[in-house]
Amino acid sequence: MSKKPSAPAAKKVESAVPASDYALTPINASLSREQKIDLYRTMVRIRRFEERSLRAYQGKNAAGGTNIGGFLHLYIGQEAVAVGCCSLMGKNDHVITAYRDHGHAIAVGMDTKPLMAELYGKITGCSKGKGGSMHYFAPDKNFWGGHGIVGGQIPLGTGLAYALKYQGKKGAAMAFMGDGAVNQGAVHEAYNLASLWNLPVVFVIENNGYSMGTSQARSSAGELAKRAAGYNMEWGQCNGHDVFEVRAVMDHFLTQARENSRPSTVEIDTYRYRGHSVADPDNTYRTKAEVEEYRNNKDPIQVALHQLLAAGVFTAEIAEQIDAEARTEAEIAAEFADASPYPTVDDIQKDVYWESDHPAERKSEGRLFFD
Amino acid sequence: MPQITYREAIRHALAEELTRDPNVVVMGEEVAQFNGAYKVTEGLLAKFGPDRIVDTPISEAGFIGLGVGASMLGIRPVMELMFWSFYSVAFDQILNNAANVRYMSGGQINCPIVIRGPANGGTNVGATHSHTPENVLANHPGVKVVVPSTAYDAKGLLKSAIRDNDPVFFLENTILYGDKGEVPEAEYVIPLGKADVKRTGTDLTIVTYGRCVIHSLKAAETLEKEHDISVEVVDLRTIRPLDIDTVLASVRKTHRVLIVEEQKPFASVGTQLAYMIQREAFDDLDGPIHRLATVDAPAIYSPPVETEQLPNPGRVVKAVLAALA
Repeated sequence: MSKKPSAPAAKKVESAVPASDYALTPINASLSREQKIDLYRTMVRIRRFEERSLRAYQGKNAAGGTNIGGFLHLYIGQEAVAVGCCSLMGKNDHVITAYRDHGHAIAVGMDTKPLMAELYGKITGCSKGKGGSMHYFAPDKNFWGGHGIVGGQIPLGTGLAYALKYQGKKGAAMAFMGDGAVNQGAVHEAYNLASLWNLPVVFVIENNGYSMGTSQARSSAGELAKRAAGYNMEWGQCNGHDVFEVRAVMDHFLTQARENSRPSTVEIDTYRYRGHSVADPDNTYRTKAEVEEYRNNKDPIQVALHQLLAAGVFTAEIAEQIDAEARTEAEIAAEFADASPYPTVDDIQKDVYWESDHPAERKSEGRLFFD
Repeated sequence: MPQITYREAIRHALAEELTRDPNVVVMGEEVAQFNGAYKVTEGLLAKFGPDRIVDTPISEAGFIGLGVGASMLGIRPVMELMFWSFYSVAFDQILNNAANVRYMSGGQINCPIVIRGPANGGTNVGATHSHTPENVLANHPGVKVVVPSTAYDAKGLLKSAIRDNDPVFFLENTILYGDKGEVPEAEYVIPLGKADVKRTGTDLTIVTYGRCVIHSLKAAETLEKEHDISVEVVDLRTIRPLDIDTVLASVRKTHRVLIVEEQKPFASVGTQLAYMIQREAFDDLDGPIHRLATVDAPAIYSPPVETEQLPNPGRVVKAVLAALA
């Protein structure tokens, strides 16, 4: 790693593009018709997957038991962020996020059947029923979770960038966090290391306005992304309701990471329509009118729909077909999850140690597990 | 066979593994330019360069977490904590992320990280710098915990730890860093999870690890000379995985047990050992299992009194006599 002081780069990067023209920026104009439709399709698939998971959470299975336990943090309303960012991934780009992770998992290309099965706690789940909603992983798709502790994943994401640099690979890590995470010490330690060591990481703050039930005004002093300036990092802000703007803004910072090995922090304004988790009655910290304002006027799927219709990329009939397919896909995922078996009690102690899972290659001796 | 210090033995293990595997990176506070706060990594920067021997800011949560993330992509970071006592500011990274990521991903992700550094009292640095967290660490399935007592063991065990595909926490001892022992020049490794009978005896088994092995061996000499008592000393070397079979074999020979540990008594490593010994060798015991631990209070500063708060040869002698009374 270079020990030289990092280049002065603490400036805010302002976009020169008028908000209405993001679809015309090179990174978006170069998309094929099918790629543009895919952005829309992926957002719709996330929305329908999560709506179906919510119904499963609130419903009962055939035996009268719960389908989904624990927490369910829904991404509904924020889809353009994960889809826009992950659509820019090359083969050496990596993603890590917090516990509101369903959108990122679908955006990196994970199959929705094992995702739903994970929610149901089934052995066919993406983490074999051992992680649950907050802990999706797909290293084969460069997706490193799915982490439950606010801000705890940010040093890990910085480590992914460190590994890329050490291995001489031209890529970038995107380390996603919510607006609440910016007040965690681990995030600031990671900012410092990333800038000090010139690591190719983009810290993405998905600012949905609330850290659980505490508004930004009640939790955070100053502008969130601007804190990056204190660590000599470029930073920017962007409208997260427009998938094309997300792509255009993120493309700049990802390029900085890949080409110049410089970190940055991007704050993406977004909004969640549902509570912090399904357990949140959502009646103490914001108004219904506020939620409706976003839902009616800034919904990322509706924004993209209007853009694509206006540009003649697709027709209302095709949009409806995409929606119908997404609903069917979510239903198939739920049926798959419902029909799948649970892990057995014997499975509890699998996947704990690499060595106990590879007994023929074990080099250590002695007891690994205790009664 | 050449005599080298415990510190040099660890350094040699690091150097050999750095040479063997280009994915090994040594990282921590003052490990490079300063040559190590305790000089364990002295000379490694000059030999391996700044890409392999990396100074970090005082930022344990940040750099340990960075190491965990890098290990997921195949780097083998060997992270130095200047004191294991500082684990508390990186607890989430060590025991949520490193310990759990394999499990929570359904076995898809490995975390081949080593975190090493000293964990001991006895140097008059007060309660914040004198923690011995091996029991806390070993309470987390998914991790391995090593506490070597000699130069020979430290080298062979660290080499195994670095090659291990699971997270390994390696707890050294500042007071042992200068102790010399015989270490062969030829390469060797010691498997994790293998105890070592450091002294054979017939009247009582001391089960111990770390610096308490040294105390116990001194006490055993005194007991033999002055009391004609023959003590067997079993050095666990690794806490998890645990070589309970070697412990039980010794108990079946001597029928008396004293556990000696530099731990606070409540829910210590010795607590687990006592449970397992009574459960698996109850009929072989001729008396209750005894234990000598740290006097149950935060580490006192006062130099002569701290010596008495910790296990020491004199306290071990008394504890053995009490166990055999």
